[in-house]
Amino acid sequence: MADTLLSIRGLTKAYPGVVANDTVSFDIGKNEIHALLGENGAGKSTLVKMIFGLVKPDKGEMHLNGEPYQPGKPSDARRSGVAMVFQHFSLFDALDVAENVALGMETPPPMRDLARQIREVSETYGLPLDPYRVVGTLSAGERQRVEIIRCLLQNPRLLIMDEPTSVLTPQEVEILFRTLNKLKAEGTSILYISHKLEEIRTLCDEATILRLGKNVGTCTPREVTARQMAEMMVGSSFLTPEPKAGAKGEVLLRCEALSLPAPGAFGTPLREISLEVRAGEVLGIGGVAGNGQDELLMALSGERLAPQGAIWFKGRDVSRDGPSLRREAGLLTGPEERLGHAAAPNMSLTENAVLTAGQRKGLVKNGFINWIAAQDFADHVIAKFDVRTPGASVAARALSGGNLQKFVVGREIEQNPDVFVVNQPTWGVDAAAAAAIRQALLDLAAKGAAIICISQDLDELMEISDRFGALNEGRLSATRPVADLDVEKIGLMMGGAHDMEVAHDI
Amino acid sequence: MMRLEKRPQPSGYWTALTPILAVVLTMLVGGVMFWALGKPPVEAIRTIFWDPLFHPQFAAYSRPQLLVKAGPLILIAIGLSIGFRAGIWNIGAEGQYIMGAVTGAAVGLAFYPSESVLLFPLMVIAGALGGWAWAMIPAVLKTRFGTNEILVSLMLVYVAENILASASANWLRSPEGMGFPGSRNFKQWPAVFNDELIANTGMHWGVVTAFIAVIAAYVMMARHIAGFNVRLTGEAPRAARFSGVSPARIVFLCLGLSGVLAGMAGLFEVTGPAGQISIDFGSGYGFTAIIVAFLGRLNPFGILAAGLLMALTYIGGELAQLMLGLPGASIQLFQGMLLFFLLATDVFTNYRVRLVRREVA
Repeated sequence: MADTLLSIRGLTKAYPGVVANDTVSFDIGKNEIHALLGENGAGKSTLVKMIFGLVKPDKGEMHLNGEPYQPGKPSDARRSGVAMVFQHFSLFDALDVAENVALGMETPPPMRDLARQIREVSETYGLPLDPYRVVGTLSAGERQRVEIIRCLLQNPRLLIMDEPTSVLTPQEVEILFRTLNKLKAEGTSILYISHKLEEIRTLCDEATILRLGKNVGTCTPREVTARQMAEMMVGSSFLTPEPKAGAKGEVLLRCEALSLPAPGAFGTPLREISLEVRAGEVLGIGGVAGNGQDELLMALSGERLAPQGAIWFKGRDVSRDGPSLRREAGLLTGPEERLGHAAAPNMSLTENAVLTAGQRKGLVKNGFINWIAAQDFADHVIAKFDVRTPGASVAARALSGGNLQKFVVGREIEQNPDVFVVNQPTWGVDAAAAAAIRQALLDLAAKGAAIICISQDLDELMEISDRFGALNEGRLSATRPVADLDVEKIGLMMGGAHDMEVAHDI
Repeated sequence: MMRLEKRPQPSGYWTALTPILAVVLTMLVGGVMFWALGKPPVEAIRTIFWDPLFHPQFAAYSRPQLLVKAGPLILIAIGLSIGFRAGIWNIGAEGQYIMGAVTGAAVGLAFYPSESVLLFPLMVIAGALGGWAWAMIPAVLKTRFGTNEILVSLMLVYVAENILASASANWLRSPEGMGFPGSRNFKQWPAVFNDELIANTGMHWGVVTAFIAVIAAYVMMARHIAGFNVRLTGEAPRAARFSGVSPARIVFLCLGLSGVLAGMAGLFEVTGPAGQISIDFGSGYGFTAIIVAFLGRLNPFGILAAGLLMALTYIGGELAQLMLGLPGASIQLFQGMLLFFLLATDVFTNYRVRLVRREVA
């Protein structure tokens, strides 16, 4: 086909235990903005890594301009005219724009020529950028321009962009889209990775949708509705949940318009999050990674203090209380990152038991740690949650991810919290262990605790939650009973289409 | 081809072995250095490590010196090690040591010639507070403005040295010193003289305090929640926050403790072995204590042993200068080498070497 730039046929890549891409085939035409759409873990990253030469496919072939294309490393890909803008930038803050661009080149021209080229490209494509500005002073959008210009200087035929708008303001998004359309008009094809449906509908010509590593369909975004794309993306594979027993207790935890600025360059601000969760209830919070999940957990755990009046626990304002006070009161949390956040990697399981259970389990008296009691508690968690380890004296980093996850979740559950907030409780855990953790959460709720489960696994949320809400760019959608939801509504909630439909309950 | 492979757990065997290996390597390479300087290597090593304790002629003088030198080193290193465990790098113990001495001596001299038994304890407290206050400067700057405590504490050493010079030349100068710089001599003031508690052992109050500090630090790090929080902060700062530890409080605790201990070390030194505030009072104990802390694996009992070993190289080094004419700088180089080899061999605690054949692509 004369108008095909990159043709992908039967691309397969398997990692131990998971097939990241399963015989994926599609074509990217010349002068085309092609969207690659899919949930987290659908295999988008693996696919573009193969196109960019970072990962070698197990099977399948690619053709670029009709010729076989097998990049062994990114520099091969660049030479063939394939460039990529990553989601996280690799720039040196202390250097200026031109120096950063020169660092990425194999044979950089003299600095003055390079600065002139940068200025030319930036003017041509409407990306205002001063080559002598120090990168540390640039906004996220401007940094992205540095990366784009770095790519454009190589005159690429195919530009891959990995979730480019996740760090941009609406105005910056508009500028970016104008640039991309101009590039397209000049003959550069763009592979655009995103899960923002509206964005794809305005920008892209074609879309390929991945689910669980498989190509589940191609469509022309302008001709279908966001709803149809959401359905393809989420699939309709999950179980319809049983309506759960009705009567719930009093409200244990309530957030009132909780807002917090982003913690760092790549963080997400929390915007007016309001929620409440009752005794015996599980509130599931879905959403694509990086939309404020981590930030919400840190605000609830007390690692970051919230403005007065934002967080109420059992009718008391705990917004200004730190982690210890909240834990003492009965509000326990389990962060997503096991090593380094929920547990200290080089410390033993016994020591990691003291990390959060010191006060509630009476392991610390008058400032002195009772190591015998601490080890008993660690042993108890290990036995109850079937943590596979030679013993409690083993360093946390020696455990497999799943086993450590069972330990850190078990450590909190065994402290009988009144409210337990957990982020990604079964991430990277094998099926049997995941089922055990979910059951433990349900048992805890049955005993009268309120649970907030933040997760990217929709099946999991549908299985255990009573109500569901989705985070998008730091905003929480209205929460709805799971029984009222269907695939399409969930997809739209996650995509941030809050305006599609007004909440019809509560 | 060799490859380093991360161990699942730090090796306890290597943790104990590396200090010994570092000492042996220092002896070997140090011997080569002495040989290159045209000195007999074996004799030089023997003069440094053996003669101070067993030489028929000199040992009687140098043996008590062992505790005199080791006391301040251990006391300062204990304080530093607690900060190092939390990842707080107080490099300015020398300054805190000097300020402790100056503050304590100034408080004492204000009451000259009192013979009260309360005066010496008062001076110890003043010395501790002086060192503490000096260490609070980097602590406040770090927690308030995010400055780097390594730079600030190090720079404050030079400030402290200037204050010391000014004290000995001006405001603490002995009125009976015929205009020479230097304070009154505490050795001639029995009420505050920090004399040997048992004759010819070198054991003075500073050494006793050092031993107490070793035990107290061990109890704190192993059994107390404060020590646990310090270790947790060093191992995993995010986990520490999650646990409820305030990073600022850990900074104040660690810098404060090391300042107090360094200040006390300074006070015990100025009222004892040094005898007076003088321009050359700062003898580098505060810097050498950094080596001692690491050589002792940041473990209190390790520091006790390392302090004694480092004291030995001090005394032996002086002996070698005297007897073999070795340059003073070569002794400092020798001590630096010890830290260098320790850090180098330390790799094996967390990694193991694997011999692998080059993979065919």
